[in-house]
Amino acid sequence: MIHAFEAGIAIGIVAPLIGMFLVVRRYSLMADTLAHVSFAGVALGLLLQINPIFSAIGLSVFASFGIESLNNRRRIFGESVLALFLSGSLAVAVVIISLAKGFNANLFSYLFGSISTVSVVDLWVTLGLAISVFFAVVLLYKELFFASFDPELAEASGLPVKFLNLAVVVLAAIAVALSIRIVGVLLIGALMVIPVISAMQFGKSFKTTLLLSVMFSLFSVITGLFASYYLNLASGGAIVLVALSVFLLSLLVSKRN
Amino acid sequence: MESRQDDIIIKLDNVSFSYDEGSPVLEDLSFSIHRGEYLGIIGPNGGGKTTLVKIILGLLRPTSGTIQLFGQDRHDFRDKYRIGYVPQRVTQTDKNFPATVYEVVRSGRIPRLGLLKRFSKNDNEAVESAMERAGIAKYRDTLVGNLSGGERQRVFIARALASGPEVVILDEPTVGVDIGAQKKFYEFLASLNREQNLTIIFISHDVDMISQETKTVLCLNRELVCHGLPHELANEKLLRELYGEHVRRAPHDKGPVLTEKGEHHHA
Repeated sequence: MIHAFEAGIAIGIVAPLIGMFLVVRRYSLMADTLAHVSFAGVALGLLLQINPIFSAIGLSVFASFGIESLNNRRRIFGESVLALFLSGSLAVAVVIISLAKGFNANLFSYLFGSISTVSVVDLWVTLGLAISVFFAVVLLYKELFFASFDPELAEASGLPVKFLNLAVVVLAAIAVALSIRIVGVLLIGALMVIPVISAMQFGKSFKTTLLLSVMFSLFSVITGLFASYYLNLASGGAIVLVALSVFLLSLLVSKRN
Repeated sequence: MESRQDDIIIKLDNVSFSYDEGSPVLEDLSFSIHRGEYLGIIGPNGGGKTTLVKIILGLLRPTSGTIQLFGQDRHDFRDKYRIGYVPQRVTQTDKNFPATVYEVVRSGRIPRLGLLKRFSKNDNEAVESAMERAGIAKYRDTLVGNLSGGERQRVFIARALASGPEVVILDEPTVGVDIGAQKKFYEFLASLNREQNLTIIFISHDVDMISQETKTVLCLNRELVCHGLPHELANEKLLRELYGEHVRRAPHDKGPVLTEKGEHHHA
């Protein structure tokens, strides 16, 4: 439980930080796509008997390069690329699962998140990478903002927009792969998106919205993990339900103002 | 336009452009733009105006020909902040994007600042001054999505001014802006040109605006149709060449108005 809690706080900070840049680029489905790729990575890890967190990170980062290179081509819509990777990687996962018939129960915990399975290695990998993602966003903040608000002008101004786009997707891939242990493949998209759209209801600056979304996310993760522990609920579901309640409250509060 | 050679800030020689297999969008363009000029670029939709802007900004590579910016070949030109750009985006800006006026104007300072550098006191002052000059300082903390078209236009010009450019290119910036706000906007541009010697390139399909506001004009319909003084636009033959046979000039109380297929085009 302590491991899950510590890893949960790291994820709670990083998920909306990256989620914000996905949401404002109308790229919310990216999180779900990368989660499915991570799931294929988990299946691959279990099949090859290596720690699934490594195979999940490896495969989703690899896929993020593929997604960006297809996005830069003409003749394919961005959302079709996401659909391709989402269902494609699920197909890979399902085939691997049917090849190795032994680990279905274990795999289930990756679908919906579990707090009892976070190992010491998982925790250290999660903390290390979460801190790296955090500093990458802080370092690239003004460039990421510019390239999200007006990519054409950013490119004309000499910013490496293609690199920045790739950076967002790679960072998202890492954040998603770290999060599926606790939040689960099917629910990680919600943790990256719901706190952000809740924060946007208050009509504040980009920076304030970003900080608010991290607060909402942390509150959801911590409350959800407590509920999961004491009421014996699936952690991912509990976390996302808290995030949803925060969203509904945000709607009410912002309407009143 | 008999300025000295070193006053040329943008120079195109025999520039042509076509997309992949398509027919040419721009053909054999050669012209120079001088410091302090207020140039209007006019032409029909699809005549290559926006493509020309994208080539000057380095977003597209010409198929053939050379471009010099501030005396340097476009490949060697690094000081992107010297060229400000106000895109054709008043109506297209995402209203839900959570960004304040200050945040957007400040992003215009990034080309001057360079990558991974922090904003200094000097940068913040330049941002404040750009907002003051564009008359949007009072909207500092307002979300850009909550402003009117005219106000948003001023945010984008403040963003272009924040990097201290020597030339500003505006691509159809008044689409979706009401007439009163347009008039103020033109006055503001004229004062920038007059008082600060800022070179302005204004792209429009509105013949009247160009002939009344700019000092020089360039007509573009795939090729260079004219390059000279605005009053030459009164020439019907020239307009027919630019817009086709169905165009004629009609008298109007505010000056001549371009009509197309008998319909009046109001600014």
